[in-house]
Amino acid sequence: MPNQLLFAIEVTINGLMAGVMYSLVALGFVLIFKASGIFNYAQGVMALFAALTLVGIQNGQVPFSHLINAVFGTDIHHFGWHVPAFLAILLAAGVMVLFAIIVERYILKHLVNQEPIILFMATIGLAYFMEGFGDLMWGSEIKKLDVGLPQGGSLWLEAKSKVLGGDGFYGFYIDKLDIWATFFAAVLVISLVLFSQYTKTGRALRAVADDHQAALSVGISLRAIWVIVWSIAGFVALVAGIMWGAKSGVQFSLSLIALKALPVLMLGGFTSIPGAIVGGLIIGVGEKLFEFLIGAPFLGGATENWFAYMLALVFLVFRPQGLFGDKIIERV
Amino acid sequence: MKLTKLAAIAAVALTAASPVMADLVFPSLSYRTGPYAANGIPFADGYADYMTLMNERDGGIGGVPTKLLECETGYNTAKGVECYEATKGEGALIYQPLSTGITYQLIPKASADGIPVHSMGYGRTSAANGKVFEWVFNYPATYWDGASIAVKHIMDQEGGDIKGKKIALVYHNSAYGKEPIRTLEELAKMHGYELMLIPVDHPGQEQKSQWLQIRQQRPDYVLMWGWGVMNQVAIQEASNIGFAMDHFIGIWWSGSENDVLPAGDGANGYKALALANPGGDYAIYADLQKHVYDAGKAAGSGDQMKTVLYNRGLYAALLAVEATRKAQEIHGVAQITPAMMRDGMEALEMTEASMAALGMADFGPEFKNTCENHGGSGLGKVQQWDASAKTWNLITDWIQSDKSVIDALIAEDSAAYAAENNITERCN
Repeated sequence: MPNQLLFAIEVTINGLMAGVMYSLVALGFVLIFKASGIFNYAQGVMALFAALTLVGIQNGQVPFSHLINAVFGTDIHHFGWHVPAFLAILLAAGVMVLFAIIVERYILKHLVNQEPIILFMATIGLAYFMEGFGDLMWGSEIKKLDVGLPQGGSLWLEAKSKVLGGDGFYGFYIDKLDIWATFFAAVLVISLVLFSQYTKTGRALRAVADDHQAALSVGISLRAIWVIVWSIAGFVALVAGIMWGAKSGVQFSLSLIALKALPVLMLGGFTSIPGAIVGGLIIGVGEKLFEFLIGAPFLGGATENWFAYMLALVFLVFRPQGLFGDKIIERV
Repeated sequence: MKLTKLAAIAAVALTAASPVMADLVFPSLSYRTGPYAANGIPFADGYADYMTLMNERDGGIGGVPTKLLECETGYNTAKGVECYEATKGEGALIYQPLSTGITYQLIPKASADGIPVHSMGYGRTSAANGKVFEWVFNYPATYWDGASIAVKHIMDQEGGDIKGKKIALVYHNSAYGKEPIRTLEELAKMHGYELMLIPVDHPGQEQKSQWLQIRQQRPDYVLMWGWGVMNQVAIQEASNIGFAMDHFIGIWWSGSENDVLPAGDGANGYKALALANPGGDYAIYADLQKHVYDAGKAAGSGDQMKTVLYNRGLYAALLAVEATRKAQEIHGVAQITPAMMRDGMEALEMTEASMAALGMADFGPEFKNTCENHGGSGLGKVQQWDASAKTWNLITDWIQSDKSVIDALIAEDSAAYAAENNITERCN
């Protein structure tokens, strides 16, 4: 096979993997939007906060240590222990559940029946609050995240696939971290589908998603559902934070991964879990292939962000609700 | 009676409106929040701690206390301009924006207001031409010096001949990242290497395409002009694809501990240019310990000492203070104005002896500014990361950039700027 074709295949595979990473972020948005009609502007910051909490717990960091030291003149930073990754993930997930309870109690409860734009504005406020709170709690330095996930190209795949091409082809490159991300995304999606289809709470969640008033009339607690949904979205944010944080370290920029999820949502639809996955894959492959075939050789490169939003825009023109989104019909 | 009252009111109003002239005012356009905070904090802390040291140890500069006006920019150009406008009336002597974007916006404003801007190792490279850019300085070295120093180091590695070699530039797709392209293109013509340009969009969290391109096209060396998360991701991706880390060289803004620590052992061997030395083995740290840290007067949370970017903040403050002293000496007054500060900066000379006397022996390069030359001597070193010891080690002495190429480019670019803005050359 010609090397250029092999390179294109490699780019496609890596595009799919990158798409999975985008989908991980988009999933959190979809869950909350589906259940409450809120576009959660704070989803990216939730990923940052979850990852900061995970690293903080893992490293035995004292929360708010800078503040404590400044106020009391102490010099404490660490408890002196190191928590195993799995336990730290569980504890961080617990913190995200607590976060969901607090959000429901102090924000959402007071905004029931408000216009969606009000709820959206509330999540903007929440995002800014969380950014500062995360910094204050865990510090703003870049933290290394190590939960034992392997990184780097798969040497086995490189060696096996090298024979497909001639000189100048070095075998297919796939980052092992991306393979794990794909695995976790698949587990997450299957679990979420099973949860929503086969459990009582899941059915209640779907009822709320369909019609708040009708769900309330049959005795479903909207507040409890919101806590559950925000908790699940918090856990998804934790998974996204781990995957993205493993690449860049845990730092403020993690909150910007939300930017990569927006075109995915526009394309896949704001209310569909499969849409988030398929949308992510289309955006991932599309932007990578465009960069490889047209962007880098003819346009000077760095076309990925532009292409992702362009593609989403095209979908918006022809299918405003996205590929899998619910068609909005307003009855007069 | 009425007139007297009016005069009194006018006098009070004028006093209130006029800048506070009791201190030497140094605005610090810092960023302690936002995506670049991890880099902004150590620089701002270093800058602030040096100014505190001046007050606590020496009672100010020439007997006049320093006053630091910190304003948060979030590395946002619009906010940076707001900070400038908000602080310039306070008697500001010199601005150090720590952002090429903000620097570009401040060049016309500060030039009109007559306040010096020191973009130390960043900003608009051709501002090194003092004949055109009266109020802008970028000593001790510019981006174009950096590009030349990196190429010289590569030539050193390759036994002096890089003809036919392929060098890739992975750069932040912004005014900052694009700065070295012109120089690298000129040097490519001179030395016969092939230049690959690989832009990365802000913030640089996702670089899969760029590093696949590098893996497929196999450049011999990769240079990087990155900032913030772009650096950490690039180093991780380079390590992932198995690129030889000792063939990967970042500019001095891609060479702090923040950039390499997240990649762990994978970053071992990565190189970066050094505008000044890394580490904390300098006499000044004893003074800082005694007068600033132990006195509980350290800026921020006091945990950034001896890091590359903290040292750079210290160095920026040191150069500002020395320019102030020079201005006081030239004009024979302690309370200087921004115009006097410019004179001090143009007459600034840093030698090994002067750096040693300040407690930072061999920390920065020797240079001598003039009315014509605002860009310093164009010297830089190369440092290499040792992941196991978690330290940057210097692997070269000062390397002189290729001035024959750079000076011509500076003259050309600044002449175009002068023509666009109707600036008559000075220093004649």
